[in-house]
Amino acid sequence: MSVPAGIKPDIARLPRRMPGRAPAFAAALIIGLLLAFSASGYHLFQYAQVLIYMIALIGLNLLTGFNGSISLGHGAFFAIGGYGAAILMAHLSVPWWLTLPIMAGLCFIAGFGFGMPALRLEGLYLALATFALAITMPGILNYKRFDAFTGGTSGLQVDKPKVPLHLPINQDQFLFLCCLAAALVMLFIAQNLVSGRVGRAMVALRDHPVAAQTMGINSAMVKATCFGIAALYAGVAGALDAALVGFVAPDSYSVFLSLSLLVGMVVGGLGSLWGMLAGAIFIEFVPNLADSFSDMFGESAKALPWAVYGVFLIAILLLAPHGIAGALRRLVTSVRDMMAKASSRPATELPAISVGNQPAEPNHRTTQGS
Amino acid sequence: MTAFLNQCFSGLAMGGIFAILALSLVMIFQATALLNFAQGEMAMASTYLAWQLIQHRVPYWLAFFLTVILSFAAGVLIERLIIRRFASAPVLTVVIVFIALVFIIDSVVGWIFGYQLQEFPSPFPDHNWFNNPLVSSHQSGILLVTLIVMAVVWAFFRFTTLGLAMRAAAQNPASSRLVGIKVGWMLALGWGLAAAIGSIAGMMAAPLVYLDPSMMSSLLLYGFAGAVLGGINNPWGAVLGGLIVGVSVNLVGAYLVGTQLQLAVALTMIIGVLLVRPSGLFGRTIVTRV
Amino acid sequence: MISRRELLASGAAASVATGASLPALAANAPGVTATEIRIGQTMPYSGPASAYGIIGRTEVAYFKMLNEKGGINGRKIKLMSLDDGYSPPKAVEDIRRLVEQEKVAFIFQSLGTPSNAAIMKYLNNAKIPQLFVATGAAIFSDPKKFPWTMGFNPNYQAEAAIYAKHILANHPKAKIGVLYQNDDFGQDYLVGLKSVLTGDKAGMITKTVSYEVSEPTVDSQIVTLQGAGVDVMLFAATPKFGAQAVHKSFALGFKGVRYLSNVSAAFPILKAAGLDAAKGLLTAAYVKDTSDPALAKDPGYMEWAAFCNKYMDKNAIVDGNAAYGYAAAQTMAHVLKQCGNDLSRANILKQAQSLKDFTCATLLPGITLNTSPTNYSPIRALQIQDFDGAHWKSAGELIHS
Repeated sequence: MSVPAGIKPDIARLPRRMPGRAPAFAAALIIGLLLAFSASGYHLFQYAQVLIYMIALIGLNLLTGFNGSISLGHGAFFAIGGYGAAILMAHLSVPWWLTLPIMAGLCFIAGFGFGMPALRLEGLYLALATFALAITMPGILNYKRFDAFTGGTSGLQVDKPKVPLHLPINQDQFLFLCCLAAALVMLFIAQNLVSGRVGRAMVALRDHPVAAQTMGINSAMVKATCFGIAALYAGVAGALDAALVGFVAPDSYSVFLSLSLLVGMVVGGLGSLWGMLAGAIFIEFVPNLADSFSDMFGESAKALPWAVYGVFLIAILLLAPHGIAGALRRLVTSVRDMMAKASSRPATELPAISVGNQPAEPNHRTTQGS
Repeated sequence: MTAFLNQCFSGLAMGGIFAILALSLVMIFQATALLNFAQGEMAMASTYLAWQLIQHRVPYWLAFFLTVILSFAAGVLIERLIIRRFASAPVLTVVIVFIALVFIIDSVVGWIFGYQLQEFPSPFPDHNWFNNPLVSSHQSGILLVTLIVMAVVWAFFRFTTLGLAMRAAAQNPASSRLVGIKVGWMLALGWGLAAAIGSIAGMMAAPLVYLDPSMMSSLLLYGFAGAVLGGINNPWGAVLGGLIVGVSVNLVGAYLVGTQLQLAVALTMIIGVLLVRPSGLFGRTIVTRV
Repeated sequence: MISRRELLASGAAASVATGASLPALAANAPGVTATEIRIGQTMPYSGPASAYGIIGRTEVAYFKMLNEKGGINGRKIKLMSLDDGYSPPKAVEDIRRLVEQEKVAFIFQSLGTPSNAAIMKYLNNAKIPQLFVATGAAIFSDPKKFPWTMGFNPNYQAEAAIYAKHILANHPKAKIGVLYQNDDFGQDYLVGLKSVLTGDKAGMITKTVSYEVSEPTVDSQIVTLQGAGVDVMLFAATPKFGAQAVHKSFALGFKGVRYLSNVSAAFPILKAAGLDAAKGLLTAAYVKDTSDPALAKDPGYMEWAAFCNKYMDKNAIVDGNAAYGYAAAQTMAHVLKQCGNDLSRANILKQAQSLKDFTCATLLPGITLNTSPTNYSPIRALQIQDFDGAHWKSAGELIHS
């Protein structure tokens, strides 16, 4: 993993304030509302889970896709968010919605604190450090002296949030709508972040660290802040998840969670924020799909779904090595290319998907509209 | 005092396993600059192969070498059939492919062989060598095997044309191509060697940790740590790193913080070392041109 | 919304009669038709606890066998067994799918302490029986707090208490060293030991060491115990670590008495540790050692072996987990038979509360299952056994906790 040199996703262009953003949000909101009033409780639970993963993935993508730092231990911050929220709710009777900003703040501090020393490590070493964090997290949550707060291995039960103000919706609809609102808000914030000063500094550090530093960007500060923000997103996701599931335990946050998040991010598409929805859908639904798929092998094939999942994963990466967002972008480009050809205009300036080897200057705007 | 020495030797034996595992990680890293997450599962699958052979009454050492050869072939195949296709994909995409391989190998092996714990024989005698009270013959045997593997790897890279070609291909693919080295095959060779070495780690570990589909998952992190601590681009360093990790984890657990936090403390120590010496204890610093 | 309404309706139907206009069958739980009873469970078929997956496979196979013989009271049993990967959130998702989409009548033998803890509240709120959970944690046998949740395994504290009693009776001056897995499972053993070894006996526990499941071996811990000069070792460990502890203590030449938690006492595990190394071990058992050729003429064993040969693979015969699953499935079938034609959730729970000296083919002679509205731990007595180098042999009477 020769990151950061290797992690150069296919975004030469920065997302910017595009006029097309409001319609996308509006569409998402409408689809969400339609789902909320048509889907069953079980499905809403799954959709809410998707939105929660999406929030965590956006954070991870800010770190990896935009800042070029790798984290194999994002599940650890998800765990802090979840446990923190559960402890606040169960022991201190804090209302659940208040746990979101609290855990956001706490996780930012935790992420910043971890990132400050760890980000001096590069690529491979950072991968090891974060991977180690993911592996040790269940053990820390299980630590005997904390049992009074954490409930040990049997975990902590939380009362799921009640529907407020006698709204005419049930608990599943309420939780789904809360997750929807949170996901859209967090997405909006992320979009503004990457198109602003911080985002440009982040990308500059990813693509050309030395040049960025000579231009006066405080590398350690920006990187650690970025890690903090990524942890913040994971923390919010974790807190929402604790409320949705109504239970936390060390086994909820095994290494598997961290790896799933990594899978979701890459499948969704590095450097694409909307792509994270696709990534979240993948990690929520494809295991179930693999499960029903492997039933064809009969009763003894109870563990095979994960082999099927692995094959799906490799297949999708073969088809879309830059993730689903990358593939869509390529599709759009080639369709445009064809249309351009059809109208027999010289298709000169249409850039191919960037291989990412040329340094992307933060302020550089190609003639290409997005 | 006996207890202390016992802790040290237990640690050294596990360290030997970490060291071989670290060595196999270094092999792939040398060829591709990637850490292979699936290394542990590949080793586990190889060990099941050896187990199956032994169940069919193949003599141990014959089974051992057959497994090493077949693992080599499997490693080459994985590179040729799967990894090759991601040559131009982003690095993280390849990492995800490794994770997918972990899932696939793990569940296919579980499906075929089940999840029950299986015994796996040690090739070394039951009684301790020279009747010493401290070190079991398997423990010292592991160290012996570690050293032999190390020496073979070193000699291979130092004295054979093929080894030289592999090093060249890893360090400067473009020029290597010009002098007629088949760079693509060198990568496959790297994978094959890593798989072969990994299978040795698995067969050495199995008598201690027993054979089940998850046997390597707890070892892999220590292998990573050993490789990174010693210097990921230095085979000698990886072996020393593995041994150091083995002993220090045991001692930290037994005498400093208790076993509950031993992993956390040991890893913190390693990260501490890396902060001071970013390329590992024995690694070469890589200067990148900007 | 639909599902929630149905959920409430079904809960209401089970507890209160909702009106005379409903036909008699409406009182039955969802998932019950004239020809079928649909039940559900989650199992760790993948993930860190996949060794237990065979329990679920045995249970599915058991009901398949029953169905081929005509089912229970004319109804076929359909057990939907889903993989939760030992992850609590996944277990919650699976259980909601089972209850809301698949409309199962109740949940049977879901495995694992954290997974069951995660679904306990949901099931109790909806008044859906969560029967015979596959874990020995004491929280699942608490009818006052969770009336719809019932345990099955003898709980770990009780098992440890039995070891403590045995130690007091046979080695009253022992210095005890304990190796325990650092989670509820292992800590329950410590609690159980200390509940018996009180007062001036408390000092008998001279050294305790723990391990994490993420560790590769417990060799270092055994060295520490040996170094502390104990003469009784108790291994409260899961199979892999139990086998390592047995092996290492033998290799270090430990001469004292060793107790091994019964989850690790199955024959294949001891075989992995080395039969020589396992000689002289003690455990408190309730499932038969189905690897023992002495059982060949035992009717229960013959029933079990015939079942395995037809519905499982041959290796399952000696697998203690499989034998355990068979016992649980047998108990469940018995409860459903007792329900007769009233398959409301309330009646299913009531029948589960009314086990009286029920015996299972794969449980040791003398082990009987008893429940009542205030007793949710069906198995309360255990048999001390020692390992003669080839098989487990019962020693002495059953000990009640």
